[in-house]
Amino acid sequence: MIPEYGLFALIMTFVTAIALTVVPMWGSWRGHSATMSSARPLAIVMFAFCLLSFLCLTYLFLTDDFSVVVVASNSNSLLPDFYKFSAVWGNHEGSMLLWVLVLAGWTLAVAIFSADLPKILLARVLSIMGIISVGFVGFSLLTSNPFARHLPSTPMDGSDLNPLLQDPGLIIHPPLLYMGYVGFSVAFAFAIAALMGGRLDAAWARWSRPWTNVAWGFLTLGIMLGSWWAYYELGWGGWWFWDPVENASFMPWLAGTALVHSLAVTEKRGVFKSWTVLLAIATFSLSLLGAFLVRSGVLTSVHAFATDPERGLYILVFLLIVVGGSLLLFALRAPAVNSEIRYSWLSRETLLLFNNVVFLVATLTILFGTLFPLLMDALGQGKYSVGPPYFNAVFIPLMALLVPAMGIGPFTRWRADSGARWTRPLMYSAVVSLLMALILPLLGGAMNVWVSLAVLLAVWIVLGLVTDIAIKRGNSGTWLSVLRRQTPSYWGMVIAHLGFAMTIISVVVVTQWNMEKDLRMVPGDTVTFGDYQFQFEGVEKVRGSNYDADEATFSAFYQSRLIAELKPQKRRYFASGQIMTEAAIDAGFTRDLYVALGEPLGADDAWSVRLHYKPLVRWMWIGATLIGFGAFITAFDKRYRRTRSVKELAPGVSHA
Amino acid sequence: MRVFLACLLLWSSNAALGVVETYEFSDPNYELRYHQLVDELRCPKCQNQTISDSDAPIAKDLRRRLYEELEAGASDQEIVQGMVLRYGEFVRYKPAKTGVTLWLWLAPWFFLALGLIAWGVMARRKTATERPLSTRAREISALLEDSE
Amino acid sequence: MPRLWLFLPLLGFAVLAVLLFRGLSLDPTDIPSALVDQPMPAFESTLLGSGQRVTQEEFTGKPRLLNVWGTWCPTCIAEHPYLMDLAASGVIISGLNYKDEDELALSWLARLGDPYDMVIKDPEGDIGLNLGVYGAPETYVIDASGIIRYRHVGEVNSRVWNGALGQTYRALAAP
Repeated sequence: MIPEYGLFALIMTFVTAIALTVVPMWGSWRGHSATMSSARPLAIVMFAFCLLSFLCLTYLFLTDDFSVVVVASNSNSLLPDFYKFSAVWGNHEGSMLLWVLVLAGWTLAVAIFSADLPKILLARVLSIMGIISVGFVGFSLLTSNPFARHLPSTPMDGSDLNPLLQDPGLIIHPPLLYMGYVGFSVAFAFAIAALMGGRLDAAWARWSRPWTNVAWGFLTLGIMLGSWWAYYELGWGGWWFWDPVENASFMPWLAGTALVHSLAVTEKRGVFKSWTVLLAIATFSLSLLGAFLVRSGVLTSVHAFATDPERGLYILVFLLIVVGGSLLLFALRAPAVNSEIRYSWLSRETLLLFNNVVFLVATLTILFGTLFPLLMDALGQGKYSVGPPYFNAVFIPLMALLVPAMGIGPFTRWRADSGARWTRPLMYSAVVSLLMALILPLLGGAMNVWVSLAVLLAVWIVLGLVTDIAIKRGNSGTWLSVLRRQTPSYWGMVIAHLGFAMTIISVVVVTQWNMEKDLRMVPGDTVTFGDYQFQFEGVEKVRGSNYDADEATFSAFYQSRLIAELKPQKRRYFASGQIMTEAAIDAGFTRDLYVALGEPLGADDAWSVRLHYKPLVRWMWIGATLIGFGAFITAFDKRYRRTRSVKELAPGVSHA
Repeated sequence: MRVFLACLLLWSSNAALGVVETYEFSDPNYELRYHQLVDELRCPKCQNQTISDSDAPIAKDLRRRLYEELEAGASDQEIVQGMVLRYGEFVRYKPAKTGVTLWLWLAPWFFLALGLIAWGVMARRKTATERPLSTRAREISALLEDSE
Repeated sequence: MPRLWLFLPLLGFAVLAVLLFRGLSLDPTDIPSALVDQPMPAFESTLLGSGQRVTQEEFTGKPRLLNVWGTWCPTCIAEHPYLMDLAASGVIISGLNYKDEDELALSWLARLGDPYDMVIKDPEGDIGLNLGVYGAPETYVIDASGIIRYRHVGEVNSRVWNGALGQTYRALAAP
């Protein structure tokens, strides 16, 4: 009966979502207060039903109910419990239910944490989030029912979760990603509501900002986790393949970065309003486009779910309505008249506009590259492939273009600045950056022009931040007092930019200086990588809960001192018979040592083995984590907190 | 149908295993070129993988062919062309810089040019009627900035 | 900025939507042979069974199908009865025994029937590689001058034979 309860709860979610779409919106057009107030309770009810449905599905997985199709296809009685839990979203239908739940969650959050929003705006925002829910719940109900059953013939056991997904990564990566993708719907809803109401101003930007920053932070962490997971799980030592599904997550992130910066300008200065609204629409549209690309079968990918053109058609129609509708609304209602606010060439506005342009160019480039094979096929020009060599070649220079601006942005004044104010500190920065660029690479061994460039850019960013603090300190005050005065908003920016600098260094250093060897080893053999040595001790059979494996032992030495024991495995999973490599990694702040087993080579217990030395690779994910946390910190800025205290202190004063 | 497709995916993702090929190269330069080319050629059968990552039999054959052609002294250009002749442009992850894929390489420049022009035009419009600020106004502006 | 510029994103999206719609009816995994309208690549091998030497010259004279198969390939077993029917109805089918072993292949044919006028051995897969084969079964249509006209990847059945594969063959065999 539980599957039927779950389905019923999902249907009720659908019904409530329709009510949420229609009722408050109608109320907002009529100015009818009570109807508009229904938005909040409706959001709560919608979330409750959705949660119930999700809990039902979770229960079905945890209790091995193989009469339900998705449980039978993606789980197994031998599967450890926490993987049974994550198997709920390790398939198309379940992941759509997770998406819907996350959307209902964000809707609830907006409903609860928006006490100081004008009622009409809140009604519209929740209504728009309601229509998005209608679309996705409808998609689930019509094309991807997670509660479909195998009656009357119930399988004895399930087909098992894909071994590649049997990993803690599955527990956190999709939820974080969805928090990001779906979170951008809040910015989208605010933008549409603002266009509808004709009130596109700094206040709208102030309300949108914390939501957008947090969503962007989640997406950053989600992408970071995906990259890290691929690195340690897949056994090839890579962390980004520019696969269509990866790009589908990266494009909203790029547009989202532009949005986060653009919102800052609109909030502080009241300019870029059209840009910001367009970016909010674009970012969420890219999330939807991503969902389409991943689930329609239009592009080939290792990450794709079981794809189906019928589902693709539904999402495409949904895209037409949501994206087409919002862009039409934008074209008709966005301010065509420029605001009278001016700024000079040398101003933070200009630099942030440049930032917007670069990120948009990057997004367009990746979009074009990802869709190029489809375009050629549709035009009858044949089958093409566009992969990492192309994307790396075009993306990296664009990011490099951004960095000079990043170095001076933090301390450039709004509206108008004169270079005279900071030419001296800037010269110091430039000289120090150049010196570091020439000296630091030597620490790693040899001179390398790309590493130098990366150091130059990263140090430039860091010094830009230092210069900013120095300028704020001026001639008086201590460093500490200046630092204490800064807001969470500021710290978030600093931490995020530092994270970005770390990532740049990591990506370039690893690409240039990583060492890799594929070779045949017999027990007793040693291999040397610079100061590191690997010794192959031997292989033995081990058994896990739902697999058995050949486990090798490698001793790693640094300058002849034993520092680690690495135990890579070659597993065979019982239920599916699939073979999988489990790499062994000795993680370190300055380097990773990575060993993966290949094949047994017959005589002498020989095995083919892959060994990697990857310098500074962790910095990439540490940097990305910093970016994410920086984003979260900005949401704590007190100007986003409720202004009730002001009201209490000054009764009778109406707040804007 | 969905179950079938899911099984197909289960089977085809078998190929994502990180393959280790132990070829002995007569020249270390060949080994370097091997590692580079093996990441640029696509496995014709798999769901978007290089011949380096895939466990499929055809990927293994292509790696062997790559090794043989490198040892025989073929240039990178010749090797890639040979692959394209047999498997089509589909097999290159690095699109050709000639023919229709030239547009692909030019596109980023085009977008960047558009972007920079747009940036210039917008910034110009905003700076058109600039009134110089008085010293007092500048000081106030600086104080406001400090509070961020 | 003038109102018209603001319609640009909508226009861009419209173009994108058309492309995506078109994409729904395309199959990104269907890769046509790069050797269509090219001659059969040169090769030298022996025939299964007789051990007779054979080169690409054998493919001239009359139009034929070239079926790439192996005993390790389950779909090949599935399509085999249909190939037997085609051969019985007069269609000339040559076989390429791809990455296989002689004894296994011979006993397989003895057990399931032999629709092939000749079977060329390709134990290492080199001929297949030159042909652009990426998995069995694949079936090529080769015309009387030894030019490859079409390739079908996957099982040959009545639906496929009524489609492009069969049409190509029939057009060549007709006059």
